[in-house]
Amino acid sequence: MTFQPETERQHTISVLVDNEAGVLARVIGLFSGRGYNIESLTVAEVDPRESLSRITIVTSGTPMIIEQIKAQLERLVPVHNVNDLTLSGPHVERELALVKVRGTGDGRVESLRIADIFRARVLDSSTESFVFEIVGDTGKLDAFINLMEPLGLVDVARTGVAAIARGPGEI
Amino acid sequence: MAHDQMNGSQILIKALENQGVDVIFGYPGGAVLPLYDALFQQNKIRHILVRHEAGAVHAAEGYARSNGRVGVVLVTSGPGATNAVTGLTDALMDSIPVVCFAGQVPTHLIGNDAFQEADTTGITRPCTKHNYLVKDVGELARTIHEAFHVARSGRPGPVVIDLPKDVALATGPYVPASKVKHKSYNPRVKGDLALIKEAVELMATAKRPIFYCGGGVINSGPAASQLLTELVRLTGYPCTLTAMGLGAFPASDGQFLGMLGMHGTYEANLAMHGCDVMINIGARFDDRITGRLADFSPGSKKIHVDIDPSSINKNVAIDIGIVGDVAHVLEDMIKVWKSTQAKPDGKALKGWWKEIDGWRGRDCLLYAHSDKVIKPQYAIQRLHEATKGRDDVYITTEVGQHQMWAAQYYGFEKPNRWMTSGGLGTMGYGLPAAMGVQVAHPDALVIDIAGEASLLMNIQEMSTIAQYRLPVKVFILNNEYMGMVRQWQELMHGSRYSESRMEAMPDFVKLAEAFGAVGLRATKPSEVDGVIADMIAADGAVIADIRVDQAENCFPMIPSGAAHNEMLLGPEDHTEQPSSEEGMVLV
Ligand SMILES: Cc1cc2nc3c(=O)[nH]c(=O)nc-3n(C[C@H](O)[C@H](O)[C@H](O)COP(=O)(O)OP(=O)(O)OC[C@H]3O[C@@H](n4cnc5c(N)ncnc54)[C@H](O)[C@@H]3O)c2cc1C
Ligand SMILES: Cc1ncc(C[n+]2csc(CCOP(=O)(O)OP(=O)(O)O)c2C)c(N)n1
Ligand SMILES: [Mg+2]
Repeated sequence: MTFQPETERQHTISVLVDNEAGVLARVIGLFSGRGYNIESLTVAEVDPRESLSRITIVTSGTPMIIEQIKAQLERLVPVHNVNDLTLSGPHVERELALVKVRGTGDGRVESLRIADIFRARVLDSSTESFVFEIVGDTGKLDAFINLMEPLGLVDVARTGVAAIARGPGEI
Repeated sequence: MAHDQMNGSQILIKALENQGVDVIFGYPGGAVLPLYDALFQQNKIRHILVRHEAGAVHAAEGYARSNGRVGVVLVTSGPGATNAVTGLTDALMDSIPVVCFAGQVPTHLIGNDAFQEADTTGITRPCTKHNYLVKDVGELARTIHEAFHVARSGRPGPVVIDLPKDVALATGPYVPASKVKHKSYNPRVKGDLALIKEAVELMATAKRPIFYCGGGVINSGPAASQLLTELVRLTGYPCTLTAMGLGAFPASDGQFLGMLGMHGTYEANLAMHGCDVMINIGARFDDRITGRLADFSPGSKKIHVDIDPSSINKNVAIDIGIVGDVAHVLEDMIKVWKSTQAKPDGKALKGWWKEIDGWRGRDCLLYAHSDKVIKPQYAIQRLHEATKGRDDVYITTEVGQHQMWAAQYYGFEKPNRWMTSGGLGTMGYGLPAAMGVQVAHPDALVIDIAGEASLLMNIQEMSTIAQYRLPVKVFILNNEYMGMVRQWQELMHGSRYSESRMEAMPDFVKLAEAFGAVGLRATKPSEVDGVIADMIAADGAVIADIRVDQAENCFPMIPSGAAHNEMLLGPEDHTEQPSSEEGMVLV
């Protein structure tokens, strides 16, 4: 029996690692070396006392590939814990984007109106530009950025996805 | 100064002693001078001065594979470290425990393109199990102990410690191994008992079972091989081994089907293809084994025991995957088998063996003997005959046809007696590996079965062999070709022998003499036994140049991308047709 080529699916994987030099390079090197996708990757220290960082990776693959990715991550020495949030129950995902739009007149007004609908905040404004801050899931950010495109979109900076399980349980 | 304060170099020596290290393979340079100074001032740890850092790592691999301990390497920064990369990759692919210390420029110069600076941790990250850059002498002892723990536990592998020169000179505390706790790396050794019971149940109901076992059995220690032998005999099932697993089950046992895979036996491969239950113990479904994946053992349920969860379900879907150490899992399997009084289906098993015996009847390792030219297979058979029954014979190989003939025709009865570069296939592995084996077993008969092309890749180590009077024997199957390359060119590229002929080769007898060794030569079949006898009888190192048939090919062979039942058994099977396009792209 061999694996049938099954459909690819997106997974959000949360990895708790020692916050030490080179740990991010190990994770990224693993993905590039073995040809896995990275759709989003975020990292920051989450436990200064124990010096632990959390890496949140959004990737996609067949169930066999996803199993490989997790097994490969788990065998890295500085990795403490690998949790597939997509499989382990309900979770929330958030991403933040800073979006700069340049324009005057109607376009400028329209961008402000859309920002309002999306609950984006204005962080900076000049007579011919806005910088919006928008928080939400990836789909919402994509939609917002798409709408801004014809209104004078200049630059986008996105944080990538941070995710955590719902309910009282720890990862 | 508190009494546990010392400089970095002294910490290193003390930690090595603490880890039970008795020998280091190394080569000095500017960045490691403090370490060499500390080595000079002690006499517990022996240093073997190699002639190239690749040789140091392969020697450490041979040492480790033949005695189950961690091999230790010491190289300088920059070129010392980059020269070690091939050996490290080799050890990673074959799961060999090695700790390699590399000197580094002082911390304040790192990143400045300083003299002999290389980003050693960056370069070696993908070719080690783990690596460290120690910037604080206070972390040195702990790091060394952790490195040994990582190298030897779980799935073994190479670990690099990059050590800046200022850290080796700085003063800091010594922490003994017993005080070091490992934060995150603690691999599972005991298998899940419920899964083991399920596996035994499946095994007991099998009608066409086979044990497919590999290097993981060797990694697990000699007890694992004994337990495997016990379980295989208990069940009465056939057993095949990978090239990395040879010796895990006695070759002379009637239940042994020989090696499987690309150059494996007809019976082993057909039994794998036709089995209904496959019991994989410590093997990793390498592409040299599976051939075309879609046609790999299509009708079987598969049990897989492996200490590395990433090996399970990597290439082949598994029905029962058991994460654990081979010896631990086998112990439980035997217990469960006995306590449930498992009784295999005798009638089905008889039929299965009858089928297997039919395949065996093809005698796939038969070759056309000649009185005029030495057949390489014959040379290996005679070597095996002459050394059979001795418990202290260790064989290493280079890479190529000779390697496969050694795997096919030299019967291994015990683990740790066979050292070969399987996963990476590194030409030049065999001679330094033999050197490392000989250091681990000074009185043993250590033979590098070599190809003339591979041997030249690390021939400089003959000088190390001379310096330490290591009685290593080099047995060259000299076909004046990169035989394995020539074979593929013959089978797949219309016999266009592009750059595979070995011209202008040295006179190996004179070469031996130049290195203070004995040189021997056989050019006729009638001379083979005499040369082997002289080689074994010689006190010191020998190079035996066995001039073999240049046109011989290594069969059986499953061409790349083909299935197990599409095997070529001999020259008569040779089709002029190039293999499938899909197959051509494969290695
Ligand atoms: C020219 C050439 C031709 C070759 N032809 C063949 C061929 O015909 N047939 C063949 O078999 N090979 C052949 N090889 C070798 C092949 O490339 C692979 O190296 C080999 O098949 C792998 O062996 P293995 O599956 O036993 O795995 P190994 O590489 O030995 O891996 C061991 C496995 O066991 C696991 N393990 C390690 N320690 C433990 C433990 N304590 N407990 C449990 N599990 C453990 C590891 O995680 C790993 O999955 C050839 C090589 C060359 C260079
Ligand atoms: C370092 C390295 N380079 C190239 C190869 C590719 N290769 C595999 S076998 C082989 C020929 C080996 O020739 P020889 O040592 O004479 O052995 P033979 O096949 O003739 O027995 C080559 C070039 C390799 N395995 N390793
Ligand atoms: Mg050759």
